Amino acid sequence: MSDDHDHHDGTDDHELRVSKIRNGTVIDHVRGGQALNVLAILGIDGSEGEEVSVGMNVPSDRLARKDIVKVEGRELSQDEVDVLSLIAPDATINIVRDYEVIEKHRVERPDVVTGVLSCPNPSCITTAGEPVTSRFEVLDDAVRCSYCETIVREEIASLIDT
Amino acid sequence: MRHDHLITSKQLSRADIEAILDHAAEIDADPSAVADRHADKLLGLLFFEPSTRTKMSFETAMKRLGGDVVDMGSVESSSVKKGETLADTVRVIEGYTDALVLRHPKQGAAAMASEFVDVPLLNAGDGAGHHPTQTMLDLYTIRENAGLDDLTIGIMGDLKYGRTVHSLAYALSNFDARQHFVSPESLQLPREVVYDLHQQEGAQVREHESIDDVLPSLDVLYVTRIQRERFPDENEYQKVAGEYQIDMDTLDAASDDLTVMHPLPRVDEIAPDVDETDHAAYFEQAHNGVPVRMALLDRLLSEGGDGDE
Ligand SMILES: [Zn+2]
Repeated sequence: MSDDHDHHDGTDDHELRVSKIRNGTVIDHVRGGQALNVLAILGIDGSEGEEVSVGMNVPSDRLARKDIVKVEGRELSQDEVDVLSLIAPDATINIVRDYEVIEKHRVERPDVVTGVLSCPNPSCITTAGEPVTSRFEVLDDAVRCSYCETIVREEIASLIDT
Repeated sequence: MRHDHLITSKQLSRADIEAILDHAAEIDADPSAVADRHADKLLGLLFFEPSTRTKMSFETAMKRLGGDVVDMGSVESSSVKKGETLADTVRVIEGYTDALVLRHPKQGAAAMASEFVDVPLLNAGDGAGHHPTQTMLDLYTIRENAGLDDLTIGIMGDLKYGRTVHSLAYALSNFDARQHFVSPESLQLPREVVYDLHQQEGAQVREHESIDDVLPSLDVLYVTRIQRERFPDENEYQKVAGEYQIDMDTLDAASDDLTVMHPLPRVDEIAPDVDETDHAAYFEQAHNGVPVRMALLDRLLSEGGDGDE
């Protein structure tokens, strides 16, 4: 599974641009410019005092330019990882404990995302104050509201419910 | 989702549709056979926007099955006005009734409401979303007049906001139907509906701006109203409105067997001189709402939650 060679902290010059973390998650190979959306999708805005490092538009072998997000003290759940796939389909997730990468996975597109995106259709029942959790089917190149069936192709990041 | 809710015409297979239409035809032929079938049953009518006709049609259907209805009354006089959620309303009323009919201005309302209840729920229109019982009576009328196979149908008017149009198009994609959509450019089918129709196996869909392109080839012309209020500018409305009106002169170019349909109410898109001709099927179409809704209610109320489809 070591398809990736630039992951040992310290062996990659680019990695030095963002600090090492002790315990937490490194989200690597995020498409250039999407790092802030990654934080938004995870509901991380720094207001809880989390230690977050972001590298943007770092040169990469696999993507011409990539973003890196490191979150100290937080391990992402599988649900969160799945949702990341909508905006960062190439991302790799490294779970770090005591400076060691103990788990590494690629994101996979889920069939459905629940409670993460909000429907852009103002006539949709999910925007009307009902006790209902948003749900979107994930299509090949878009997401679709399971209630009003609106399809969103572009700007999925703007639907992130923060 | 429980399969005994009826939320969208998309959930119905060709076999489902044919079974419902056959059942409606049986009821139509001999209503007395089902006159007491649901004598102990109550249907809850939840109409969050006014629709006298659809509501009365359900009411008639339920009473013709021997059952009765309870009605939440107008939204103005109900707890909705006090800010109760739809989710709460349906959970309360399901305790009183054996099935619910919901009309609501928000898209997706029926899909959401059905997640909160255990009794069968029928969508009687959710905003610009779906209106599957209208679709079933449309299909019934089409089958009676022209048949559902080897059918060439034109669907004309406001295709953008017309939920009856979208529901019908989905259902027709189960059959060997060539669908021609005729509208001003600004009122074309929503792209997601076109996307869905193309995803459907064998859906043959064409879009046109002029009825002249297709009229002679049609077996059925389904007309819907172009709403003045959809246009930001009255002049824009005037420019298109006349193009999408049917009268005896227009019908010169049509086949003698053309069936003209309309979900009603109409304003001026079909001239009164068409009413007396063999083309006109819109009043028959409205009447078909009763046997078709009887068939749907009978099916849902008889399944008892462990249906066998
Ligand atoms: Zn929606």
